[in-house]
Amino acid sequence: MSNTAPDTTTERPAAGGAGRRRRRRRPEMLRIGGQIGLGPFLAISGLVFAGLLALWYAVTAGGLVRPIFLPGPGEVLDRLRDLAQGGELWADTRVSVYRIAVGFLIATAMAVPIGILVGTYRFWEAALEPLVDFIRYMPVVAFVPLTILWAGTDDTQKFVIIWIGTFFQQVLLITDNTKRVPLDFVDIGRTLGMRDRSILRRIVLPAAAPGVWDSMRISLGWAWTWLVLAELVAATSGLGYRITTAQRFFQTDTIIGYILVLGLLGLITDQVMKAAGRRMFRYAEGRR
Amino acid sequence: MSTVQITGLTKAFGEVQALDGASLSLGDNEFVSLVGTSGCGKSTLLSIVAGLQDPTSGEVLVDGEPVDGPGRDRGVVFQGYTLFPWLTARENVEFALRGEGMSAAERRAVASEQLELVGLEGFADSHPNQLSGGMKQRVAIARALSYRPRILLMDEPFGALDALTRQLMQELLTRVWEQHRLTVLFVTHDVEEAVYVSDRVLVMTNRPGRIKHEVPVTLPRPRSYEMVATPEFGALYGEVLESIREESLAIADVGVGR
Repeated sequence: MSNTAPDTTTERPAAGGAGRRRRRRRPEMLRIGGQIGLGPFLAISGLVFAGLLALWYAVTAGGLVRPIFLPGPGEVLDRLRDLAQGGELWADTRVSVYRIAVGFLIATAMAVPIGILVGTYRFWEAALEPLVDFIRYMPVVAFVPLTILWAGTDDTQKFVIIWIGTFFQQVLLITDNTKRVPLDFVDIGRTLGMRDRSILRRIVLPAAAPGVWDSMRISLGWAWTWLVLAELVAATSGLGYRITTAQRFFQTDTIIGYILVLGLLGLITDQVMKAAGRRMFRYAEGRR
Repeated sequence: MSTVQITGLTKAFGEVQALDGASLSLGDNEFVSLVGTSGCGKSTLLSIVAGLQDPTSGEVLVDGEPVDGPGRDRGVVFQGYTLFPWLTARENVEFALRGEGMSAAERRAVASEQLELVGLEGFADSHPNQLSGGMKQRVAIARALSYRPRILLMDEPFGALDALTRQLMQELLTRVWEQHRLTVLFVTHDVEEAVYVSDRVLVMTNRPGRIKHEVPVTLPRPRSYEMVATPEFGALYGEVLESIREESLAIADVGVGR
């Protein structure tokens, strides 16, 4: 029976009249919880990128869109090559990466201990969580004029904007990571006679670490957004600044090229952090 | 070498009365099980003895000294898996030995010895995510015993395991206990398990929990699994089950009374 072809139907009428049809099993990558190999993964994601690129090319090469609105991929690439050879691309990237690194590190260095405190002690939760939640909903953009008043237009103002944009979100994310640490872990520490401080350092911190790392990875993406915003409004260097100046001269190719560079930088940092996380938290595999 | 005296333990969580005047005592090196329906307060009681919760009223004495918070004289094994995932099996045991004033080499030696006792010497360098549920609980037992507490408190330690693994774990636990010899308070809702491992089984009432019935287990030691099939075991099992069943029927109201 099990060998008969599925299309020889009505031998066995199923209850309710509906023929019982054997469905073909879907490929594993299209099933919930299914796995995928590295090869197919890279092939599929590569194809999606290639497809978009082809679409972009088709639309522009066919003359459907005027180059001033959307230049073709070739022009953008040429433009980027010129900017790379002229050194502007590297200088802009260096400045922006420096700003993001400093701003993000300050925010993270503050958010990790505070988030862990808020997630661990009710006192700190009462003191800080409502406050952080309140500030978190204030639009970062609205702070730009203020930060310029406070800090001028140099790097400090960029740090401040990145800090405002990421710190408060990070605190809430890390608080959540900390709250997910099983209370039984803390109880084990207690039964071992450990003091709160050492429970915090030796149990809560390592237990929350994989989650905290993920939160950092996610918030780094936001940090890029706020950096470019700050550079668009008031700056004399950086990727965002170059985009604003390009706008003045209708250099759409530069704008699009820089947007692609930003996307690429984000993709690279994200993948690097993911890989580092997998390496550092190998023991957590199979749970995520 | 250690006794526990629990008198008039009461615990309320807001409106909910979890324990109401629970009293019991554990003799030196005695293995006592606490059984009851789910939610009867048995875990709360154990948690109070561990010092992780304060009673609303009542008192717990360990060797005549009142319990005031957790301490290394009492080791605890929980139902959930509480091994630290970032440490290997051996490191998990060594973690418990910190503060014993041992050198790293001594800690390592003791940890290896304890893992051997639960038959996991071959998995010392595995992380918990590479261990089965039963293995994790064996490491947890090794960890709790490693620093030589005088009392071992176990809260449904095999509750999450399948029936077969459970049996093996019960045998392993009795074997380990027969070697280690310490006072044990063992919480479970599995009657067979309670009778098999214990010297004495205490049955609790429904919430608010009190001790309702006491069944001394007269089976000889060392225990072996063949005993489960003996009439003596059957009689003890029946007695405990009957006592719990009354409680279950009182709350379940499923119309299958006697």
